[in-house]
Amino acid sequence: MTLALRQPSVIPGFGITLGFTLFYLGLILLIPIGAFLLYTAQMSWADFWQAVSHRQVVASYKLSFGASLIAALLNLVFGAIVAWVLVRYRFFGKRVIDALVDLPFAMPTAVAGIALVTLYASTGWVGQYLEILGLRVAYTQLGVVVALTYIGLPFVVRTVQPVLEDLDRELEEASAILGANRLTTLRRVILPALLPALLTGFALAFARALGEYGSVIFIAGNLPFRTEITPLLIVAKAEQYDYPGAAAIGTVMLLAAFVLLLLINALQWWTARYTRR
Amino acid sequence: MPRSRFSRLALSGVTALALGLSGGALAQQAVTLLNVSYDPTREFYREYNNAFAAHWEAETGQRVTVRMSHGGSGSQARSVIDGLDADVVTLALAYDVDALHDRAQLIPEDWQTRLPQNSSPYTSTIVLLVRAGNPKNIRDWDDLVRKDVQVITPNPKTSGGARWNYLAAWGYALEKYGDEAKAYEFVRDIYANVPVLDPAARGATNTFVQRRIGDVFIAWENEAFLSVEQLGRGQYEIVVPSVSILAEPPVTVVDRNVDRKGTREPAQAYLEFLYGETAQRLAGKHYYRPSNPGILAEFSDRFPEVKLHTVDDWFGGWRNAQETHFNDGGVFDRILAEIH
Repeated sequence: MTLALRQPSVIPGFGITLGFTLFYLGLILLIPIGAFLLYTAQMSWADFWQAVSHRQVVASYKLSFGASLIAALLNLVFGAIVAWVLVRYRFFGKRVIDALVDLPFAMPTAVAGIALVTLYASTGWVGQYLEILGLRVAYTQLGVVVALTYIGLPFVVRTVQPVLEDLDRELEEASAILGANRLTTLRRVILPALLPALLTGFALAFARALGEYGSVIFIAGNLPFRTEITPLLIVAKAEQYDYPGAAAIGTVMLLAAFVLLLLINALQWWTARYTRR
Repeated sequence: MPRSRFSRLALSGVTALALGLSGGALAQQAVTLLNVSYDPTREFYREYNNAFAAHWEAETGQRVTVRMSHGGSGSQARSVIDGLDADVVTLALAYDVDALHDRAQLIPEDWQTRLPQNSSPYTSTIVLLVRAGNPKNIRDWDDLVRKDVQVITPNPKTSGGARWNYLAAWGYALEKYGDEAKAYEFVRDIYANVPVLDPAARGATNTFVQRRIGDVFIAWENEAFLSVEQLGRGQYEIVVPSVSILAEPPVTVVDRNVDRKGTREPAQAYLEFLYGETAQRLAGKHYYRPSNPGILAEFSDRFPEVKLHTVDDWFGGWRNAQETHFNDGGVFDRILAEIH
């Protein structure tokens, strides 16, 4: 009994596990990041600034961050609805749909890109009807958003689903008995409980979209200043053996993404405190 | 029961021994080469490797297996620089092979003089692929600057193959107008007609063939033939322009690697055999222009005569062309900034 009390954790040794964690993160995460920061560090400040502030590069930041943000927001709303349906209802083919959600994880991104452009090109199944409506998806900025929405879909669904499963239905019943209408229940009972999971899913989908290359280049059209994503410019720099230049743009992407993710985490922490009241 | 188990055991022992012995004997003899190449050479080298293996075994009794690696020319060169153990490289442009010397000293600076014809056993050129019946009546480079023509070509910043396209158009304009400023305007007007700028040749082919975007696709002659043969017989036509560039995909032994692995002899023979009649015919069969004039003549119905210039004639070598046109702040960047 006393032995059990002294060993509260299944995995022994805080020291060992922390040591391993740091070693593992260092190996997998910090060394590669360190290597490319080192490339960046070789540049003079003026060179760095010139590489990252070129008009074409700035245009690509706007597209990459803008499209990723829109795609993540779309996934936030619709992913939450998908998760809700999958948790709360029973229907024929539910298992299949549940499995389908993970497809964007498994499919090679290039295949996804080619499939999407086949559908949305003006000769494609979907594209030809959208064209009549005056909507062009393939080879426009809209196409970039479509591809990024596709690859980000599983994140929100998969983070919200387990939380929703654990959510006590009695809470909703109690809320209804106490006289709250549907909207109030949704706003005051369900959303606060889901908010941390929603934010995590959003952050993951956003981060994933920022780094995406394979699927986007097929549907974007890649016209400079218009439909060129930042990762493509990094590839272009590497292609002329300008590794410092590629690393410089990568550094800007990394820092911006890090700050945004930090903000989302802070928001999550704040909402957790706020809702626990 | 125990007897049968014993005999089975004995049998497996003998088999293992036999395998071990023969494996040992093979390991002494057999040699494996790695050829790092670019994308569209896949079919050609599959056939060539068998021919070479048969030739080498007949000649020396040694068995040789050639493994292939295919990908974009530039990224293949970077892999070799970063340590991919290539015995030979067979890439799309000399600039990528130069990088093996400039960045990692894997080969001597004069690598391109070590084999005949600028180390290019087979060549190609840049042609124009149009849709069946040539509905936009495209005859030559001049038609690509017309306002009603959409041109498909990959981005020369990311695609080695596309740099040949760009240089061919530039060279044509230079030849016609004799003036750099005019050539600039000409090439600028072509890129103003490009609706989709794919990062690599494969994607551009997809755009033109599958998506049916664009009226004309600037392509390597061998890839244009592949598109016509494989992707849609009767759906495309090849228009050979009046003047074009001699596309020389060069080959070289990677000295540092073969010396370390002791494979210089078969690797060298592998490249030299490319100039032999068997390989030259294979190259022609796979739509590359054979460098041997006699064999080129055998394929004269396939390869019409074009006035061809080399990168050295027009641009003073690849390093120069890359520096002036494709590096950051170069001519192509100015063109993009002006169009968009």
